[in-house]
Amino acid sequence: MRSLWADLPARGRVLLGLLLGALLSAPLVADRYLISVLILVFYFAYLGEAWNIMMGFAGQLSLGHALYVGLGAYVTAALWLYAGIGPWLGVFLAVMIAALFGLAIGWLGWRFGIEGVYFALLTIAFAEFTRIAFDHLDAFGGSGGLFLPVNTAQATEWWNLRGGPLLFYYLALALAACAVLLVARLGRSGLGYQWLAVREDPQAASALGINVFRARMTAMLISSSMTAVGGVFYAFYYRSLFPAQVFDIGRSIELILAPVIGGLGTVFGPVVGAFILTPLGETLIAVMDRVGVDAPGAKAIFYGLSLMTIIYVQPNGVWPWLARALGFKEQA
Amino acid sequence: MSTTYRAVLTRRRLVTGAAASTTLLCAPATIKAQTQALKIAVLLPRSGYLAPAGQSCDRGARVAPKVLADFGHKVELVHIDFESNVDIARTQAERVINDGVHCIVGAFDSAASIAIAQVCEPRQVPFVVNIGAAPQLTEQGYKFLVRNFPTGVMLVGNGLKLIKDLLAATHASPKSAVFLHANDTFGTAQRQGMDRMFPATEMPFQLLESIAYDPKAQDLSVEVTKIRSLQPDLVLVVTRAADAIKLVRDMVRQRFEPMGIVSPGSPGLYDEEFYQALGPLADFHIYNIPWANPKSQMTQALEAAFKPANPSYRFAVECFNVGFTFEALLIAADGFKRAGTTNGPELMAAIRQTNLTEHVMIGDAIRFDTKGQNVSIPSAVMQNRNRTPAIVLPASVATMAPVFPMPGWQGRT
Amino acid sequence: MVSILANVAVQGILTGLVYGLMALGLSVIFGVVRVVNFAHGEFTVIAMYAAFVLFTALKLDPIIAMLPIAIVFFGIGYLLQMVLINPFVGRAEHEQFILLVGLAIVIVNALLMIFGPDAHPTNLSYAFDSYLVGSLIFDKVRVYAAIAALGVASALFLFFRFTQTGTAIRACADNLVGAAVVGLNINRLYALTFGLGLACVGAAGALMVTIADVAPSLAPAYTLLAFTIVIIGGLGSMAGALIGGILIGVSEALAGFLVAPSMKSMFSFGLLIAVLILRPQGLMGRT
Repeated sequence: MRSLWADLPARGRVLLGLLLGALLSAPLVADRYLISVLILVFYFAYLGEAWNIMMGFAGQLSLGHALYVGLGAYVTAALWLYAGIGPWLGVFLAVMIAALFGLAIGWLGWRFGIEGVYFALLTIAFAEFTRIAFDHLDAFGGSGGLFLPVNTAQATEWWNLRGGPLLFYYLALALAACAVLLVARLGRSGLGYQWLAVREDPQAASALGINVFRARMTAMLISSSMTAVGGVFYAFYYRSLFPAQVFDIGRSIELILAPVIGGLGTVFGPVVGAFILTPLGETLIAVMDRVGVDAPGAKAIFYGLSLMTIIYVQPNGVWPWLARALGFKEQA
Repeated sequence: MSTTYRAVLTRRRLVTGAAASTTLLCAPATIKAQTQALKIAVLLPRSGYLAPAGQSCDRGARVAPKVLADFGHKVELVHIDFESNVDIARTQAERVINDGVHCIVGAFDSAASIAIAQVCEPRQVPFVVNIGAAPQLTEQGYKFLVRNFPTGVMLVGNGLKLIKDLLAATHASPKSAVFLHANDTFGTAQRQGMDRMFPATEMPFQLLESIAYDPKAQDLSVEVTKIRSLQPDLVLVVTRAADAIKLVRDMVRQRFEPMGIVSPGSPGLYDEEFYQALGPLADFHIYNIPWANPKSQMTQALEAAFKPANPSYRFAVECFNVGFTFEALLIAADGFKRAGTTNGPELMAAIRQTNLTEHVMIGDAIRFDTKGQNVSIPSAVMQNRNRTPAIVLPASVATMAPVFPMPGWQGRT
Repeated sequence: MVSILANVAVQGILTGLVYGLMALGLSVIFGVVRVVNFAHGEFTVIAMYAAFVLFTALKLDPIIAMLPIAIVFFGIGYLLQMVLINPFVGRAEHEQFILLVGLAIVIVNALLMIFGPDAHPTNLSYAFDSYLVGSLIFDKVRVYAAIAALGVASALFLFFRFTQTGTAIRACADNLVGAAVVGLNINRLYALTFGLGLACVGAAGALMVTIADVAPSLAPAYTLLAFTIVIIGGLGSMAGALIGGILIGVSEALAGFLVAPSMKSMFSFGLLIAVLILRPQGLMGRT
């Protein structure tokens, strides 16, 4: 930890400190709308960091990460609903189950040499398969949905994740911050360097004696576990779950936008990406509202064009460019 | 003398004039308070996969202010598209409340409705659900939510009862039926209602099987093959928009002619595309759902306003979505009138005390039980005749007599 | 019971052939240009709307409209490749992905704004007809569409097999460096291939409109379906795309009939997973 801090350039420390300070004190000045947007930003930053481990570090394109979000969400919601087990405990089971799924997918994929696009499709297939399965599992509400009740008596039980927006704000902020720390730490560890080697050239890495399979599986384990925790947050923040929405491929795509736009394989990439994309969407809505454009779909068109422009102009992501502009050295 | 008099008079006039103008200056403020408009945000999915229904509801919302004004309510609407996305529904609900709306109406999608309820509850802003059938919406304990729409269970219960009435009125006796439903939130809610209530209603026919279909299916030929292999007399369906076309189309192609296609309560059988795609084959299908009361003055006013604003949409076809959306706005406006204030908790209390005898859909007065649910929304037996929905039962609001069994596919005009 | 199962299977085959044609375009593009077109379904839907508009305005039967639409789409594909896609060829998959996802979002919402969200059926005069052969019932539209799909696929196969340009393109797919060494104009061939792939999509879309009602919301499902078929059949194999389409069509139909229609897609994805594990190059793909 200390080495991480020490290794940051002075300017970096100042900026990071300022950012953290601003975010910690934001609720004092920000209204509920801004807080709700920031919660989304932190949520997508967190998921982005988790996905970044798989893709940015281990180089495996997973387009079915919503699977782990959904598993995390449903397991903890069901535990709470049927057994009264709170999310702080339930998260352990959720993580275990998501990790099992992830390891199974990883094993199936990498044992059999499935790479690139094929691996991406394998992940999509699993996510879709699970979505339809949950549509038919009445124990989890099926396609009718799973609902967490609103009981005003429990309204401030933070240990059961019942609370106002502030609770979720700081929780999301904490999650995102921890994710950044974890990724930074991992990036400098032996494992992190192994991942980089595996990503760049698996054959050369293998020749060097790195167990490629083990490295990838570890990445999958960490990534899926982290993502499942995001699912727990989702379940208790939204209090209703529908397979068609939680496991949807649209969700999987949504959560990779931030890390790719921000900068794959970098520590701050997903955070920057989330800070760009979520407010971009909201701003577009607000601007269209002010200007008086009332055509459904117009905002989405601008959003799509923005995505295309950004990836065209900065294919490596915005953060590397931003870091250079701010005068930082190249970061891993 | 005249000068003094004039001076005094002038001063008096000045004072009187000042007093008069002060009153005049204040008076508009008092008048404004009495004619203050209720600012309502209408959150609907106008893009994304729920767009067809969302835009239909929005058409109702857009003609509502004028009609409400004619009935003595002043509302100002803010139209929000949450793109069939729960995240956006939540943030936009926060944003519109920041912008000063006093009430929210929406959202067609149950997941989005719950997300909006999460925002409205702590911020104490009334939320009137226009359409949403998931029973849990009014079971979760939200104090700032009311729903003027039947739950899936209510729809099925009313629907089944009306099927009995239909069979009695037409002296028909089908022996067996198959139930086909979409495997989505709405369809599953209906299925659960069906599973629970069918045994209790003691229908004269047997339910052979319940079949769930994937709402993302491209066609229903496999489903139709499965249905016809069971050879039922009656096909009960809960479809979404656009699926009903596929169903009838495949039935015609596979030369399967049941006694009739009856929906215990769902969209699909009365969409404009349904009529355009099927022509005479669209007729005689039956669906038991709440409908706009043609004899209600308010309905007639709504229709009169809808027509010029939407020349390419038929009110007769849209009145389900339009009617319920209008009623949600009416409930908010009426609550405001009785509460006399936009203060959240007081407005909500007034809304919960709603007792509206004059409204758009058929049925008794709009009232809410302790959970915020309107439990007395009746369905009517609707039948497509001449490519237009017609109420055929109950007789008190019917415009035509029901025809059952339906004529064969061939030879229709 | 057997006759009903046979009926279900045959309908599955007929539908699968049209899906196969749609997937063919994807296979051709990926097999040569190695770009993963995640906006595939969106282009199919554009073609569907084109056929719908031509039918509504000019009463042109979609099977006839298929030809002009395919030609126009060829042009679109050619241009698209030269202008937008070329810089992304050879880049990492995730970058291609984001570009095409952005494009897909733009297309779907533009279609939404132009045509509205409601599904538009194409009311062919023979839409309700069917052939009765023994106890088997075949939908007329499906038979026509399947025949047309086979026709287009055959034409494409002949092109690749027997023309010089076709052989050149195949050379690119087999050995890019070798092809360049031999002096083939890679960029032009890429553009040509993209054009051909998109022409397939155009033709498939026109045919698709006879068996499905066009709406913007169909696009993502078609993208996924095309990828599933292509993986199962084998990326880069044309016969594979058709066979994959048939396999998906039949298995979904049978699974839907025997088990539960709402679980149809589960079987397709299960099949996909099985193929990926057991034979990742696809049934007809080359190792």
